[in-house]
Amino acid sequence: MRKKVIRNAVVILCVTYGAVLMAGFFAPYDPVEQDREHPFAPPMRLHFIDAEGKLHLWPFVYTWVPKPEAFTEYDLGQPFPLRLVVKGGDYKIIGSISSSWHLFGLEGGEHFYLLGTDGYGRDVFSRLLWGGRISLAAGLIATLLSLSIGLLAGVSSGYFGGIVDEAIMRLAELFLAIPWLYLLLAVRAFLPLRINPLEAFLLLIAVIGAVGWARPARLIRGVVLSAKERNYVLAAKGFGASDFYVMRRHVLPQTIGVVLTQAALLIPQYILAEVTLSFLGIGVGEPVPSWGNMLGALQQYHVLASYWWMLAPALALIPVFWAYAALADFLHVRLEFRH
Amino acid sequence: MFYFARRLLHSILVLVGVSVLSFLFLDLAPGEFFSDMRLNPQISPETIAELRSQYGLDKPLFIRYGVWVRSVAKGEWGYSFAYNLPVAQLIWARAGNTLELTVSAAILAWLIAIPAGMRAAEKHGGTVDRFAAAASTTLLAIPDLVITLGLLVFAVRTRWLPVGGMASLDAASFECMERLKDTATHFVLPVVALVLATIPVFFRHVRAAMVEALASTSVLAARAHGISRNRILFHYALRTAANPLISLFGLSIATLLSDSLLVEIVMGWPGLGPMLLEAILSRDLYVVIGAVMLSTVFLVAGNLIADVLLYWSDPRIRHATT
Repeated sequence: MRKKVIRNAVVILCVTYGAVLMAGFFAPYDPVEQDREHPFAPPMRLHFIDAEGKLHLWPFVYTWVPKPEAFTEYDLGQPFPLRLVVKGGDYKIIGSISSSWHLFGLEGGEHFYLLGTDGYGRDVFSRLLWGGRISLAAGLIATLLSLSIGLLAGVSSGYFGGIVDEAIMRLAELFLAIPWLYLLLAVRAFLPLRINPLEAFLLLIAVIGAVGWARPARLIRGVVLSAKERNYVLAAKGFGASDFYVMRRHVLPQTIGVVLTQAALLIPQYILAEVTLSFLGIGVGEPVPSWGNMLGALQQYHVLASYWWMLAPALALIPVFWAYAALADFLHVRLEFRH
Repeated sequence: MFYFARRLLHSILVLVGVSVLSFLFLDLAPGEFFSDMRLNPQISPETIAELRSQYGLDKPLFIRYGVWVRSVAKGEWGYSFAYNLPVAQLIWARAGNTLELTVSAAILAWLIAIPAGMRAAEKHGGTVDRFAAAASTTLLAIPDLVITLGLLVFAVRTRWLPVGGMASLDAASFECMERLKDTATHFVLPVVALVLATIPVFFRHVRAAMVEALASTSVLAARAHGISRNRILFHYALRTAANPLISLFGLSIATLLSDSLLVEIVMGWPGLGPMLLEAILSRDLYVVIGAVMLSTVFLVAGNLIADVLLYWSDPRIRHATT
């Protein structure tokens, strides 16, 4: 049972991260490309039966009849068969290799909107993949930053004790005394508002990562405190091992369980932090997509009321959260209770 | 008494520390409220300099901090640039709304989580336990932002509940009963969002603490004495399990405040949340500091209440400290 859960979790994470890493290939269109004729077009259906009632073995698509107010009618005149691995817009794989192949698309310059379009006529599915890149990367990098600071603070605090310990732990207490989201917003408030998306992304990671160091630091300190009293540590010290050697060889390996469990807890929390800040308009800004600023469109009442496909990033968050929760449970039991 | 005095002193030191930290950050940060005015050609540099000195922004950090502390002592909490009012005047009304929301959500969540957790622990592995575990796992996988948006979509689609704000636009013209109903219906959505976001964690802790308490030898002895199941559950096990739950109550204030911040902004509840966001966007920094300080006061107060409850419920703490 537990094995099956953890396997599902790992599969979900691999699929999600794989999809956003290869966003250029899986996304049919450029995330900022606008189709002015089709704002808020609903998702298109794949058809197997055409207007004359004939069954096709290969799915095809009808495009929307452009209308001024809403898209309710398919243009039944011309079916467009779905094509796999087609040439389309250029993109770069992992920032270096150029390519223009896409997993699927239509011929003749027509667009297939799997998850509809947003208010500017941009393909929501493509933006979901490209935006996931920003949001998921923010979660990973911020966690790396936060755990590095936490590890440094926690290990020095636990290992050296005395005034170092006192100073670090008092500071940690202050960070934990402010409700997390208030702290995040306050630190963001003191930094510049009007910056370009790349700067905003880096700033966001720095803020999220720097703000969350206190809890891991406390936990790591606890592990270090118990680890440094072990007999083999005393023996190593007796043989004249340096502080650095003891920390690297005997203390740090003990903290791995806590660090990994914390990572599985922090990554989803930080993904949500990016999503929340961008949702509120103080994170990564337009036109670069992120799950947060895509959801931000829902703050307008008419979008919330009429265009359900704009909720796609919210739904994408759920499996990711579930997988990380399962992973954290598993790591907690396997690595921390072992001692 | 010594115990409480020490806890209180500690809380006050934490608050002082947080305020010093806020001012340090504020000083390091580039830009301020009046930076935007510099771009406006109609406002002369002299006017800006005058305004800055009027608000004391041209003074060094520690003098500004001193001025702020004095204004806190006077009950003003600094000055808002955007509204030209003492921050306290802006914050108090908003803080009341935030408290109303979080306190009702906390009470409701605990009222559901405690019986559910006790029931699940009593027959663990049973139908109720399995159902509750599945429900809490599902809820944990849904981030609070998604819960909030989902509830909004639900309300908008079904039109059962009003969306946004604390009252309808024409609420002032309503009769007394009607107005009460109006407020109540506006209350439902944000409270439900907060309860759904916090309940899985509460439930899991109650269940874990109760399972542990029910497995203890004292409960076994009580059972051997033939004491009734309900009495064991409520009188023996619940008291043993109370300690971690009371600590969690203190900690849960922090989660609730964070969740509430988001719910308030998304659902347009006129609490601290929307005010904080507006202050951030207009760089009204004393309002930001005021909101952060107030949220910290709530959190610290929650922990103090938890300390008092622990003292009252756990004889070990009482005897160790007196």
